[in-house]
Amino acid sequence: MTDRLNRHGTDCTADYWSRLFSALLITLSLSLLMIGAVQAADGMAAADLLERISPVGRVHVEGEAFIEAAASSAAEEVVEPIAAPTPSRSDYPNMGVSSRAIVWVLAQLHLFFGALVLAVPLFVLTIELVGVATGDERYDDMAHEFMKISLTGFSITAIFGGSLALALFLLYPDLMSYMMHVFGAQWLVYAGLFFLESFFLYTYYYGWNAFRYGNLKWLHLTLGLLLNGAGMTIMVISNSWATFMMAPSGVNEVGAVVGNIWEVMKGPLWNPINLHRFIANIAFGGAVVGAYAAFKFLSTRDPAKRAHYDWMGYTSNFIAILAFLPLPFAGYWLMAEIYAYSQQMGITAMGGILAWLFIVQAVLIGTILLAGNFYLWAGMSRTDGSNRYKWLIKYIAFVLVVCFLIWVTPHTLMLSASEIAALGGSHHHILGPLGIMPAKNIAVNLMLIVTFLSFQLYRRSDKVATVAWAPVGNALMVAIYVVAVANIIFAGVYYGYFTNTVYKVGSSVMQVASTLLVIIAGIVIDSLMFRNAKTLPSHWGRIPDRAQYALFALPIAFTWLMGLMGYVRSSVKTHWHVYTVMKDNSPDNFIPTIAYAGNMITLVTVLFLLCVLFMFWVANLSGTHQPKPVAEAEGGAA
Amino acid sequence: MSQPAERSGGNVLIKTLVFSLGLTLVFTLVTYLLPQVEGEAPMETQFDLSSMTMDDFVALGENLFNNKGTCTLCHKPAPLGRAPDIQGMDMVATSAKRLADERYQGEAKDAAAYILESMVAPSKYVVATWGKKGSNDSESPMPAVDKAPIQLSNLEMDAVIAYLQAKDGNEVTVALPSPEAAAKVAAVDTGAATGAAPAPAATAEEALGKYACSACHAMDSADTLVGPGLVDVGARLAVDEIRQSILDPNAVLAEGFPAAMPTDFAEKMTVKELEMIVNFLVEKK
Repeated sequence: MTDRLNRHGTDCTADYWSRLFSALLITLSLSLLMIGAVQAADGMAAADLLERISPVGRVHVEGEAFIEAAASSAAEEVVEPIAAPTPSRSDYPNMGVSSRAIVWVLAQLHLFFGALVLAVPLFVLTIELVGVATGDERYDDMAHEFMKISLTGFSITAIFGGSLALALFLLYPDLMSYMMHVFGAQWLVYAGLFFLESFFLYTYYYGWNAFRYGNLKWLHLTLGLLLNGAGMTIMVISNSWATFMMAPSGVNEVGAVVGNIWEVMKGPLWNPINLHRFIANIAFGGAVVGAYAAFKFLSTRDPAKRAHYDWMGYTSNFIAILAFLPLPFAGYWLMAEIYAYSQQMGITAMGGILAWLFIVQAVLIGTILLAGNFYLWAGMSRTDGSNRYKWLIKYIAFVLVVCFLIWVTPHTLMLSASEIAALGGSHHHILGPLGIMPAKNIAVNLMLIVTFLSFQLYRRSDKVATVAWAPVGNALMVAIYVVAVANIIFAGVYYGYFTNTVYKVGSSVMQVASTLLVIIAGIVIDSLMFRNAKTLPSHWGRIPDRAQYALFALPIAFTWLMGLMGYVRSSVKTHWHVYTVMKDNSPDNFIPTIAYAGNMITLVTVLFLLCVLFMFWVANLSGTHQPKPVAEAEGGAA
Repeated sequence: MSQPAERSGGNVLIKTLVFSLGLTLVFTLVTYLLPQVEGEAPMETQFDLSSMTMDDFVALGENLFNNKGTCTLCHKPAPLGRAPDIQGMDMVATSAKRLADERYQGEAKDAAAYILESMVAPSKYVVATWGKKGSNDSESPMPAVDKAPIQLSNLEMDAVIAYLQAKDGNEVTVALPSPEAAAKVAAVDTGAATGAAPAPAATAEEALGKYACSACHAMDSADTLVGPGLVDVGARLAVDEIRQSILDPNAVLAEGFPAAMPTDFAEKMTVKELEMIVNFLVEKK
């Protein structure tokens, strides 16, 4: 106690509080001041500018009256909206290498790391909160370790972000000039937020052990919350640039700004992208740190370390799969909004040249679901109670594989004349119907439902319900599964094959609702049914080594999937920089072949993998101590 | 013999990398198995109108329908289509039925005008069950093809009409474009360089502002700026004279004034804008 008191006899804790509180206040005041300055600058551009330049318009010939009309005409010219530029091909700088390829690689790497460093603090904060709520310090330590391994990622994100900005300004000067004109002082807010984020990041990470208990822990949690707040704001601001380029708002038909910054930002696709990226980032972040845990698990034979990294890997997989389950629904909302904004854009993505990419997407999501399920099944070996449920695994695997095959069945086939003759048409009479969306919607929803079933069985495997109504609860759960599966199949078949195209879209809402019902009902019923349940022993570290490879498959598939969908999102604009208002006249204004896109995505995935290895290596360096060389030690002793 | 607590990190790293790179290559391989198609940006084509025959014009229309017009994205045979399969329908006969439909609220009187109207103002008549969700078939999901992102010119839309008429053996009623018409189209296209939206003005005052008439003409006095004041123009000139002075300002010059008025209003103004301005000026007596 005495060392916690300073020489004036006051508590150091209170001193820390007041200092940190003051620091926070100063930081927040600075940010408010900055936002105020930005708003002032914005206002200046519109109204005050007129006042500032008006004396020029009052110049007149001596002896004659002021020409007021000329003054007002000059003022009108100042506020005349400026159309989007129309650069010709020669206006694009040529470095001898495809400008699009350069920007593609840098943008994708920036986005990968951006996603990672936005997601990790989010679930780190959640894990820290769980630690506070349960009083189990292992959660706190794991959360700290997650932060440690991703810390370098912030710098790497900034490096790629800066490189991307440089590349864009050099290679696409007209586009960037226009974007600067449209978003104006918002760029300053964006830049300013990095200072805030850095402040919160470093105080959060380096203050972890300094603010570990009591009230200081809450201060630490607050810092984590502010870190996430700054990060999320950065994300939604940068999302607004991407969505403006896809579906511009706040500008007229020729791209001249006619609305304020808020109207420019809140385009029809902004919130769908915000939600989709928010959820996807968590799944992605969970998968990447899971790979770290898997690597550490495989690298040691120490049972204590294996138990720790097994638990860490399990938690990461839990985060990744839990975030992944609602992701298709967020994607569905995004796609529905794209169709609502421009049916043409929607069809370009789903039914036009980019439609084939969704076959690749099916392979990737199938890989993710198979890997996630496999890890859960393998993890059941941690507890003896799982024997009750293992018989179900083969049926789950069967459903997953059949649905996966349906999902990857293409609809339109590239056939020669003889093949068409042999097939009896351009579509196979059995496989053809499996190629269209209704069949795929059924497959996806069933895959999600059985994945949740795997998860539910895993969670139940170390527990025995003690409540009297457990049999009823189980029967209710089974009934919900049966009804949901029947509804998904019925809605898909009836509305998908026997009604107009318009109703197909409506039917998928019923299917999504069924899947969500299973997930929500499962969580609610299990949390009530297994309250005060008898817990069976669980042995962390008792999992086959091969299960860890599922934890490597997840981030690889997630990374590739992000690269693929980013390419689709950007390509739906076709030959437009900003859809409908600024044409892309660069040499790269075409949609490349799928194989070219595949090469690019593989390139960025491998580069990301290497950068992540560097990040983990640096994180491990901090805990490594070089032993003093023997000869030197002896010499010193002599 | 006891095993060491730590495994060789190098071995694990190599296994991990081989597995990860192998999986990445599997995904890449999938992309190689799929059809390889490039999505070219639409090219700005130059038409040699002096030698163009009607067959060429129809072929141009078919090309536009399948490519630049992006019509086939939605107008496909059931069950894939998101719009009526107009390539599988006789559009001349279908147009007659639609014009006779009591739900029809447009201004077209014949097939060519109906097809044109459905391209530039698709919501004028929405075929039952094909409207936007929740609009009760009052709003079409189809974009106006003369606007971005499709941006067909008048000449190109005429070509599409010619194709849709000719494909079922009907008489083509749109005229073959002349080189002069193409020049006018080109002149109109240059208007997009300014920040003003090409959307037509809604009122006479808006139209006067859009074409900056008051920059040279005082509207509420007889004062001379660059051109004569227009406060009493309705008393000085008849309707046709006002119209002529806008469309062809150098035909009759007001005494003492140079030929400074722009001569391209005929290309820039819509008919409605012109009439609004003329009617507004006629009232100024």
